[in-house]
Amino acid sequence: MSVGGDIFSLQRSWPARFDFLDEIRTFVGQAAERAGFSEQAVYAIQMATDEACSNVIEHAYRGESGNIEICVDWDGLQLTITLQDTARHSFDMKKIAQPDVNAPLSKRKAGGLGIYLMKKLMDEVQYLPSPQGNTLILRKRKEKAV
Amino acid sequence: MEVNVKEYKHCVLVTIQGRVDSATAPKLNEVFEDLLNRGRFKIVVDMSNVEYMSSAGFRVLLSAQRACRRYHRGEVVLALVPPRVLEALDLAGFTKIFRRFDNLLDAIGYF
Repeated sequence: MSVGGDIFSLQRSWPARFDFLDEIRTFVGQAAERAGFSEQAVYAIQMATDEACSNVIEHAYRGESGNIEICVDWDGLQLTITLQDTARHSFDMKKIAQPDVNAPLSKRKAGGLGIYLMKKLMDEVQYLPSPQGNTLILRKRKEKAV
Repeated sequence: MEVNVKEYKHCVLVTIQGRVDSATAPKLNEVFEDLLNRGRFKIVVDMSNVEYMSSAGFRVLLSAQRACRRYHRGEVVLALVPPRVLEALDLAGFTKIFRRFDNLLDAIGYF
């Protein structure tokens, strides 16, 4: 197999529970490695997906049971991770205050950090709410070979 | 994730091993809460065996730091932070909030 050469598409579904985050990170990490991303980028992709899933579990499902379906598509240039849930609640990312990462300790707020990191770690984050659930699309382009 | 606590006269060494995420962060928080309840506010966190830490782990560290620094009674310092974890901490602006050490002796000796 030529590393990063083949295009591929993978799809799996997990119960929306925190104890499956480890498996989810392994799944997207292996896909990112197969696409030929650097170790640093693989970690970033795993972390962004973890933050996205944690948000879905905490803010969209809010303790209700359900699934998160994850599709990973590699087109030779960028990796697209699509997360789909069927939760009744939406979580409008625009309404969540962006944390001030330069604020001193006394003024630091704990909220919004996951979404902030997701945006920093990926090249593009798109959120599409619908009556059937939420769709979150994370994209990371392949860095040029050094 | 495994957490070990070693108590010294002047500080406490908290060693975290493995992966800290939304599933495991509450257990880490319990360890800090227990130390704070017992008046231990000078804490060294050995991060050398942390394979992964998400924002859930960062929030636990932030809340512990806030409690420890209150009334200038102590501080949480980080030792041997792996490069990937450090990059994420830096993105989150946490490297300004935590003093860091490259070896455990210096970290423990700080207190």
